[in-house]
Amino acid sequence: MKLIPLMVAIPLGTAFFIPMVSRKNQRVPDLLGNLCTFTLFLLSLCLIRFVPQVYFMGGWKPPFGITLVLDGLSSFMLILVNLVTFLITLYSISYMELYTSKLRYYSLLLLMLAGMNGVILTGDIFNLFVFLEIAVISAYALTGFGTEAEELEASFKYLVLGSVSSVFILLGIAFIYSLTGSLNLADISQKLAGEGIFQSPALWFAIILFLYGFGMKSAIMPFHPWLPDAHPSAPAPISAMLSGLLIKAAGVYPLLRIFYNMFGMGNLSQKFIPQILMVLGGISMAGGALLALIQTDIKRMFAYSSISHMGYIFLALSLGTPLGILGALFHIFSHAVSKSLLFLTSGSLEYVLHTRDIRKMGGIEERMPITAFSGNIGFLSLAGIPPLAGFWSKLFIILALVKAERLGWAIFACGVSVLTLGYYLRMNRYVFFGKIKSAFRRVKEAPGTMLGAMVLLSLVVIFLGSLLIPPVKKVLLSPAVHILYSGEDYVKLVLGG
Amino acid sequence: MKEEEKGLSTIVKVVTRWIVGFILLFGIYIVIFGHLTPGGGFPGGVIIAGVFVLLTLSFGREVPLRKLNSTLASELDSFGALVFLLVGILGLYLATYFAQNFITTFPQQYFRPFSAGVIPICNLAIGLKVGASIFMVFIILAVTRVISVGEGRMKMLRKRTGRRRRK
Repeated sequence: MKLIPLMVAIPLGTAFFIPMVSRKNQRVPDLLGNLCTFTLFLLSLCLIRFVPQVYFMGGWKPPFGITLVLDGLSSFMLILVNLVTFLITLYSISYMELYTSKLRYYSLLLLMLAGMNGVILTGDIFNLFVFLEIAVISAYALTGFGTEAEELEASFKYLVLGSVSSVFILLGIAFIYSLTGSLNLADISQKLAGEGIFQSPALWFAIILFLYGFGMKSAIMPFHPWLPDAHPSAPAPISAMLSGLLIKAAGVYPLLRIFYNMFGMGNLSQKFIPQILMVLGGISMAGGALLALIQTDIKRMFAYSSISHMGYIFLALSLGTPLGILGALFHIFSHAVSKSLLFLTSGSLEYVLHTRDIRKMGGIEERMPITAFSGNIGFLSLAGIPPLAGFWSKLFIILALVKAERLGWAIFACGVSVLTLGYYLRMNRYVFFGKIKSAFRRVKEAPGTMLGAMVLLSLVVIFLGSLLIPPVKKVLLSPAVHILYSGEDYVKLVLGG
Repeated sequence: MKEEEKGLSTIVKVVTRWIVGFILLFGIYIVIFGHLTPGGGFPGGVIIAGVFVLLTLSFGREVPLRKLNSTLASELDSFGALVFLLVGILGLYLATYFAQNFITTFPQQYFRPFSAGVIPICNLAIGLKVGASIFMVFIILAVTRVISVGEGRMKMLRKRTGRRRRK
C-alpha cells in the first residue's frame, strides 16, 4: 500500500542523488542506476498483489486531490516499463563508456523513468501532463546526448514537435476542465455521463486535440516526422527506451486511459473517432513498413518499423472489443521487448563495427554469434513467427479484426506482416549473412554486460507467449483488459473505493 | 584583459553593486514568506537567480562564478529536489500518505513565518532548486558556444575565460 508512491519517488530521488555523490568515481552512477532500476522491477512485481488499489496523495480524497490508481492496466504497464529499463541500464554499463558523462546520462534516464511511472500510475489528467513533460523533456536531452550536429538537429526537431503536441494536450485539458470543472479522470467520466456534454462542440474539439497531441507523442503516421530522426540519433540504450517504452507510456497509454476510461469508446463512436483511429493506424502500418524497406541506416530502419507497429496497436485499440484491447496490450508488450532488443543489437553492432550502414556490414554472424542470435530473435518476433512474442500479439489483432467483421483490415494486417518480414530479411541478409568483409575479420564480440542484457531480453521475447497461459493471464492481462473495457469499474474503483 | 574593462560601463557596475543586495534580500523574502504573501518558492528562486544573471551581465561571467561555482550550483540544485522529496517521504512514514502534512500548526502561530506545516520547507527547497537551476541554465548559455568545424558539422565548446587566454 505504501509502496505505490515509491514507484515515482525512488527514481526521482536517485536521479538527483547521483550527481551529488559521483563526481569523482565513474563506477558509482552505474551501481546506483542499476540498483535503482532493479529495485523498481522487483517492486513492480510485488505490486501485482495489491491490485486494485487507489492511493490518495497527501491524504486528499478525489475529486480534490491527486490519486494514484493501481489497477490491472497500470500494473501491467509498470512491469513492462521497469523490466525493460532494468535491462537497458544493465546494457548501458559498457555501452555508455563511449560517451563522456555517465552521471548525467543516468540522472536523465532515471528522470525519464520517474516520468513514465508517474504517467502510468496517476489518475489525474493534469498530473498526467506534468509527468508526461518530465519524461519527454529528459528524452529531448538524451536524444542530443552525443552533441554532434546530427544529434542536436534531431533533438531540436523532437523538441519543437514535442512541445507543439504538449501544448495541444494542455489546451485539451483546459477545455475539459472548463466543461466539467474537474481534473480527476474518474470524476470527469462521471460528469460527462451525467449531463448532455457530448453535444458540446468544445468537447469534440478537445478530443481532436488529444488525438493530435498523443498521436504525435506516439508517432502515428501523419505526425511522425520527428521519430525517424530522433530514435537513430540517440545512444542505442536511449533509442531502445524511446522506441520501446516512451512512445507507448507517453503516447498510447494516456490515449487508452482518456479514450476508454474517461470518454468511453461507445460515446466516441458518435463522431467516427474509432474510424479515424483505424485509418491512422492503417496509414502508419503500411507507410512505416514501406519506408523501412528502403532504409540503409539500421537504426533508421528500426525507427520506421516502430511507426508501422504503432499502427498495429492503433488498429487493434480502435475496435473497442475485449479481444481487440487484448491484442493491443499484448502488442504493446511484445513490440516493446522486441524493439528494445533490436535497438540494443544495433548498438552492439555500432559499438564493435563503428558504422550503422547495413551495406558496409556482412557476415557478422561468424564473428558475433550472440549479437546475431539476439538480432534474429528480435526480427523473427516482430515479423510474427511462432512461438515468439510478436506472433501471439499479431494473431490476436488479426483474430479481433476477423471477429469484428473487418475482413479487409485483417487481410491488410497480414499483408503488412509480410512486408515486415521482407524488410527484416533484407536487413538480415546484409548484416549477418553473406561473406564477411575483410575489415571485420578480426572483430570481437561486444562486452559481457551488453551481451547479458541482450540474452535476457531474448529470453523474455521467446517466453512471452506464456503470459497467455490461463493462470498467468488471469493475473496480468485479463484485469488490464477488463478495466479498459468496462469504464464504470474504473470510476467505481476511484470514487467509490 | 583587465578585470575593470570587462562587462558594461562603470555606471551600470556601480548601480548593480548598490541594488544587488536588495534584490537578493527581496528574493529570500519572497521564498520565506511564500505561504503568507503572494509568491513562493518558484518566483523567489527566479529572483535569486536574477541576481546572478545581473552580475554576469554587468561584470562578465567570471564574477558570479567566483561566488557560486557551477559544481556547487549543480549540487544545490540536486539538494533542493532531494529535500522536497524527503518532505514527501517523511509524510509517508510520519503521517499516513505521501506528501501529507506532519507538522501541526497551532492557532497562535497563524500568519507567522513558522506556520502552515511543511509548506515553508517545501518553499525553501523549491527556491533553492529553481534559483540554482536557472543560474545553471544561464551560465551554460554564457560559457558554451557552438562552432562549425567544416562540412556542416558543429561542435559545442566551453568558452575560454580571460585569465587562461593571457597565459
